[in-house]
Amino acid sequence: MAVMTGTPPAGQTASDDKELLLSGSEACAEALTLADLDVVTAYPIRPYDTVMQAIAKKIANGQLVAEYIVAEGEHSQFEVVKHASTVGARVFCGSSGVGWMYAMECLTVTPPLRVPMICMVGNRALDDPGAFGVEHNDALVVRDLGWMLIWVDTAQEMLDTTLLAYRIAEDRRVFLPCAISADGAFLTHSQAIVQVPSRAKVDKFLPRYDRGDLLLHPDNPITVAPQANEDWVIEIRRQNNEAMARAYTVIEEAYADFRKVFGRGPENPWFEEYMTEDAEVILMGMGTISLPFKVGIRNMRSKGKKVGLIRPRWFRPFPTEKMVAALQGAKAIGVIDRDYSFGSPFGSGVVANEIRAAMYNAEKRPPLLSFICGLGGREVTLEDVYKAADLCFEAASSGKSPLKTQWLGVRE
Amino acid sequence: MAHFTCEVVYRGIFQKNLAARICRGIVLASRKAGRWGIAFGRYGDSPQRNGIPAKDFAIVADTKEELEQNMARYEPKEVDVTICVDDTLSKGVESWAWYGLQPINRLTVPNGTLLMTSLQPVDQLLKDIHKKEAPYNLALIPAKASFSGLWVYKEDHTEARILGALAKIQPGFLSLDAVCQAIQEAEWGSELKAASARKAHDRLTSRSIKITEGNPETPFSFEMPKWWEMREGVTIPAIPVGKPMEGGKGYVPERNPYFKKYTTRTMRPVIDFDKCVKCTLCWIQCPDSCFDVTPDGLYDANMESCCGCGVCEAVCPAKDCVTMVREDAFEDNASQWEMWRKDKPAYTAWLGNKIKSKEHVVRSHGFRFRGQYEEEVKKELEQGGIEITAGIPGENAGTKQR
Repeated sequence: MAVMTGTPPAGQTASDDKELLLSGSEACAEALTLADLDVVTAYPIRPYDTVMQAIAKKIANGQLVAEYIVAEGEHSQFEVVKHASTVGARVFCGSSGVGWMYAMECLTVTPPLRVPMICMVGNRALDDPGAFGVEHNDALVVRDLGWMLIWVDTAQEMLDTTLLAYRIAEDRRVFLPCAISADGAFLTHSQAIVQVPSRAKVDKFLPRYDRGDLLLHPDNPITVAPQANEDWVIEIRRQNNEAMARAYTVIEEAYADFRKVFGRGPENPWFEEYMTEDAEVILMGMGTISLPFKVGIRNMRSKGKKVGLIRPRWFRPFPTEKMVAALQGAKAIGVIDRDYSFGSPFGSGVVANEIRAAMYNAEKRPPLLSFICGLGGREVTLEDVYKAADLCFEAASSGKSPLKTQWLGVRE
Repeated sequence: MAHFTCEVVYRGIFQKNLAARICRGIVLASRKAGRWGIAFGRYGDSPQRNGIPAKDFAIVADTKEELEQNMARYEPKEVDVTICVDDTLSKGVESWAWYGLQPINRLTVPNGTLLMTSLQPVDQLLKDIHKKEAPYNLALIPAKASFSGLWVYKEDHTEARILGALAKIQPGFLSLDAVCQAIQEAEWGSELKAASARKAHDRLTSRSIKITEGNPETPFSFEMPKWWEMREGVTIPAIPVGKPMEGGKGYVPERNPYFKKYTTRTMRPVIDFDKCVKCTLCWIQCPDSCFDVTPDGLYDANMESCCGCGVCEAVCPAKDCVTMVREDAFEDNASQWEMWRKDKPAYTAWLGNKIKSKEHVVRSHGFRFRGQYEEEVKKELEQGGIEITAGIPGENAGTKQR
């Protein structure tokens, strides 16, 4: 286990909370330091490389003692932390866009091995064309594999979620990897004021990682990942399904404890609701898309339009019942995807079709409009917000949804 | 509406192509009468592994619809004919995958047929073949097991003889003419193999086996754990280290309690403990850690984990200390050392019997001298069977053409 040897800077003690100006990536590194990370692997790709740099700086400054392994590519990078986790190390890794794709084989084997690896995905458009800007398709690729997936929208939420992710993933009932998605540029590269809790509080919230009977150690000789035939595989998948099912309870417990220890954090871990109480139209979108939408919603509210926002945080496990309940009062729903799923039903993005599936057996099924917006890091403007809302209000009064997916902010 | 299902039980890798050819032959011959068929292997088997029991299947039906009922199966629940192309498999089939020990006749339908290539008499085979709760027929083609090299196919006409025999067992599905026509087409028109098929058809002997006949032993089996009983994380506990054999002396390694290698072997080492020089080489070199170290420092091959590879015989520096003997010479898996310790003269007599029999020390696969293949095929065609070729390494040095 890594041991803290560095002394806090003058004028600060380990029990002090601090306020720092941090980017989303730096906030993540701050949380990793507080979590006393053991092993981190790194291979640079923008925007993920900003986390690497922040962690390297923490180690160089003596604030964090951890193995920092520069692998020769993302595939090895994810393999290294996977193995480190099986021998009991608290690990961190991450990537962006095609780097995440290059690690795909390792990403598939991590959940069945029940490795609580925490990753940050700095969301980035997949090639081609080579581009740096945000799209959510990279992280979404692992949505069916047993990865827990969460999207955050501020540096503060990044810090808090990193601590929460370790608490949840390392819970013996779960033991599944978790990827925290942060929009490239808008979150990874933007600095904001962040409340950084004391190490003492974090120690109170986050127990040591105990791999128990799954620990690969000479005193606990086990074989990990043997070849298995058709007599075993479906049972192993069933176990994974159960772990994901148990994560619902563990997530709620962790957020409740987080609020107790740190005195902040949402009551509803699953999604943020903004002005939805009396909303006729509910817009939905993940990540930093929430920021222009909140501004737009306030402007529309001042003109008497009853519109609100739901920002899903947890995409896996998906909070089906809670989400359906939250949408029951709406007269129209507009889902804004910062991703695409070519050839999917209605040509919609991944989130829109997920909401459609969740709503299928709901008592009330208001018209659902799907939008694709902000691809490749294109800024989401207030005009986009108003356009989406207007179309939703039309559907609310007609009771009918234009099934075709609308693309917003595209030159045409 | 009728269909016909057939399995071929064979040993990987040396009989992989043989089994596939038999199953293809069944489908292609049935097609001559307008039937539809499929040929496939049991996918969980690992036919690339040396000596591992594995299965291929052929299913033919009058209509495509009827065939569909039998497609996309992992393994048919029952078969009309079980074909076994190595008679040491009469002890049962334990796949590389985990199925426990399947008696060779397990899938054979009541009054179905078990067709084997063997030089053993029926009564001898029945010491190994498990008893079945229904009568069936045991049909024999007089031949030793046909083993080819790793990727090649041994052209000893075994597949043609089996197809000819099948035409006698199931004439309603496979007429002899259809079989011969299919064989000829596969052989670019040559009649050579079709002649072998006709001979096998005419000479096939068969005997009805009663429910009272056969090996009474209960086959080794186990319950598969439920999903919530299994360890998580795709982990399995390591086999614990071993313990002394008795009185704090010797050493017995712990072994996999589920996977036994009883039927993986075609032969097993027989040890002359009086000739052992305690050099430890067999113990060190055995790839399956099958040797128990006895309190007196000898090495006893444990039959639960011996796969019959013969490495111990090859590395043993003491003359005639380790001899590989064909598996059909044994009726149990008892410890040789215990036998030796109890009654040395009796053991010496037993050992002498096992290793002096040419029938039993012959190698079941591989060629030992140049021209052996041509010689065997010639005799096979002329006499409907071949003489046993002795195969101890070095034994045929005189026959080798330099």
